[in-house]
Amino acid sequence: MDREALAQETYGILTSKRLTYHQKLIQLARQAENSLEVLQLPERFVKYFATRALCDMNEGNAPYRPRYVMVDYERFMKQGSEFLKIAPPKTLDEAIFALITLYYHVPSITTMPVYIGNLDTLLEPFLGGLSDEEIKAKLKLFLNYIDRTIADGYCHANLGPKDLRATRLLLECEKELKNAVPNFTIKYDRDQTPDSLMEQAILCALECANPAIANHQAHKDTYWDYGVSSCYNVLPLRGGSYILSRVVIPRLAKMAESTEQFLNEVLPDALLGLGQYMDERIRFLVEESGFFESSFLVKEGLIERENFTGMFGVAGLCDGVNYLLRDSGKRYGNDPEADDLAERIMTVIADFAASYPARYCEVSGGHYLLHAQAGLSTDAGVTSGVRIVVGDEPESLYDHLRHSARFHKFFPTGCSDIFPFEVTAKNNPAAVLDIVKGAFAEGDKYMAIYQSDSDLVRITGYLVKRSDIEKYDQGEVVLQDTIQNGSSNYKLNRLGERKVRSNE
Amino acid sequence: MNKAPNLASKKAPNQTPNSASNRELNQAPNPAPNRELNQAPNPASKRASNQAPVNRILEHTLVDGPGNRSIVFLQGCNIGCKYCHNPETQRLCNGCGICVPQCPAGALTVQGGNVVWDAALCTKCDTCIHVCPHNSSPKVTWRTAGDVFREIDRNRPFIRGITVSGGECSLYLPFVQELFERCQAVGLSCLMDSNGTVPLWDEPVTAVCDGVMLDVKAWDETCFHRLTGGRNTIVKENLYRLSRMGKLEELRIVCLENHVDAERTIRETARLLLEEIRQKTLLKLIRFRPVGVRGELAQTPPPGLPYMERLSRLAVECGYGTVRVI
Repeated sequence: MDREALAQETYGILTSKRLTYHQKLIQLARQAENSLEVLQLPERFVKYFATRALCDMNEGNAPYRPRYVMVDYERFMKQGSEFLKIAPPKTLDEAIFALITLYYHVPSITTMPVYIGNLDTLLEPFLGGLSDEEIKAKLKLFLNYIDRTIADGYCHANLGPKDLRATRLLLECEKELKNAVPNFTIKYDRDQTPDSLMEQAILCALECANPAIANHQAHKDTYWDYGVSSCYNVLPLRGGSYILSRVVIPRLAKMAESTEQFLNEVLPDALLGLGQYMDERIRFLVEESGFFESSFLVKEGLIERENFTGMFGVAGLCDGVNYLLRDSGKRYGNDPEADDLAERIMTVIADFAASYPARYCEVSGGHYLLHAQAGLSTDAGVTSGVRIVVGDEPESLYDHLRHSARFHKFFPTGCSDIFPFEVTAKNNPAAVLDIVKGAFAEGDKYMAIYQSDSDLVRITGYLVKRSDIEKYDQGEVVLQDTIQNGSSNYKLNRLGERKVRSNE
Repeated sequence: MNKAPNLASKKAPNQTPNSASNRELNQAPNPAPNRELNQAPNPASKRASNQAPVNRILEHTLVDGPGNRSIVFLQGCNIGCKYCHNPETQRLCNGCGICVPQCPAGALTVQGGNVVWDAALCTKCDTCIHVCPHNSSPKVTWRTAGDVFREIDRNRPFIRGITVSGGECSLYLPFVQELFERCQAVGLSCLMDSNGTVPLWDEPVTAVCDGVMLDVKAWDETCFHRLTGGRNTIVKENLYRLSRMGKLEELRIVCLENHVDAERTIRETARLLLEEIRQKTLLKLIRFRPVGVRGELAQTPPPGLPYMERLSRLAVECGYGTVRVI
């Protein structure tokens, strides 16, 4: 971008009447970053970036902090922080104070923390001697503080898989507050998470779309330990992901002459371009940005460079397959031939990631890991990750879930599906749990559910209120920054028309 | 298997469709007095006993029993409730053909006196059901228990069991028994959703049925008869005996003031049940809704919520452990 255009854009941000002060700061910082040209862009990447078949996720021209930072909060609770002058907490008040203080200093691509810890295990040791009501009053202040200050739909808290007093109390608070931030994931393990806790979690999700449910058995051995951040990124604890870049299958498919040429030439060439580009971004972040030398999180062992990996994103598998098979009209999610082609595409991508050496990715065996990327607000005709496009969902919920499992297996760093349920589900959370159990037994890795008439609606993974979208659309300033993304994505991808799972 | 039965005027009216009920005939009123003396479903002739007319199968239901279940709706009922919300399941098709020319998709034809439905052409507009003057549907398929089991079996591991409903499922006990045997063999729980007008306590099906969801409807005999056209002596006997056999899964009353003696039904059923059973059996108080209802109640509004709350409080006072207003 030339200097004048950049200045004009900067002026537009600075004088905007739709952005809060803080939202302006974030965007102005991005302008400054994007005035630099410090990356050596590989030719192969540039070629495919021109059509956005390869995509940098608008992460900025000069990465100066990792995209997702998974702080080891357990360690922080035990040792406190010299840099922040915080002693290890002894009471619930101290624990909450310590956490919210640390959150302020945790960076990410959004500038806000995208992972705020397994809240139940973090707070459980401090509940002794307090009544449920006393604890809930404190937890609600804690959760509201996060909602109003972090105010970012990508902010994510974890619960489970153990059944703790704190787990149930946090769910109770969440159900009453119905906040959009933080997002919650409950790690579900059939062998250690009791049905009664899961039924409470499902009732909470039907009320306020939180928590989503992660298949703990499927994720627990991915790294030494994991957390779920942002829109369902399953990442190594005490580390995270340097960056996320992606290949957008439908845009790449349009650059090919035939399906065979796509599979044998275009796709491998583009994957190599993306790998080389990720190498360069991570090189700059690790070797030049100074992040790992300056951050107190590193000095105090709350994150370690060796626990970061790079996320190799895939988006729009559905649309790519449908494009390649456009003459036959066979559709992803509905036709075996389309699904077989999708599997062939995924196998090429997975084989590439498994063989391409990635520097600074020790935690993932020296390779980048695949991520089912859920979308950008500007994506038209790009369905999240490997999901089936809205309107094409199989008639049978079980077929849909089996289809999901078939493709979830390719993605160690996160892959998810979203299912709206109709109102009667509230009378029978055990039935929804049966479906979750079945799905996880089949190999699904992650499920988000919500009630079809809820104000809170999941976009790609993050959560917004329909009522906030309406306000933003009418030109009002709204607190939560993800509303800006949610508003356009909700419409572009017809999310209001997702197939509602009911009795009929 | 799309062949619909042609029962037009061949059968004696009021013939009980099921040998079990015949056995009890001397001690119970005829359980099959369908309103307007009709063609009560009679699966016996020309059909193997392990076949039943299937209205439809839903791969999952959140409202018919505990957990996630598949549900099989069988066609044909031996009573005709005024508030029935799916009256098209009450009778078997008599082959009159009235629906055939009205089908906008051309999915219906008459072949050999039977109305034949082509599922592939059907657009599910339900015109045939709406124009049928016999409370029936041409979209019914006679299927064997084995065939239905294979369809259900595909729904594992997402379901914990199945529920067989209707129509009235107890009109097809050999079918239900074989289906349950096969389902239990693969670990699925099996429930019957029944009006209880057919004696079940001595039937071998109870050995493979995990429980009956009993729709008791009303207590007073006149009230029951006015509402359904049938008698409820056997319903009460089923309630008494099944509950003592540990086979009562839930009790149900559709509530509508002036038509259903809900208060009395709550009190009397509670009196009949042992305390421990009352404690653990779910009582569903269903608010009447006119959706799908035909005839004199089609325009009747649902009872008020305060009334439902009163009933719910009464049920708790009578010792019911779990009461749910729906």
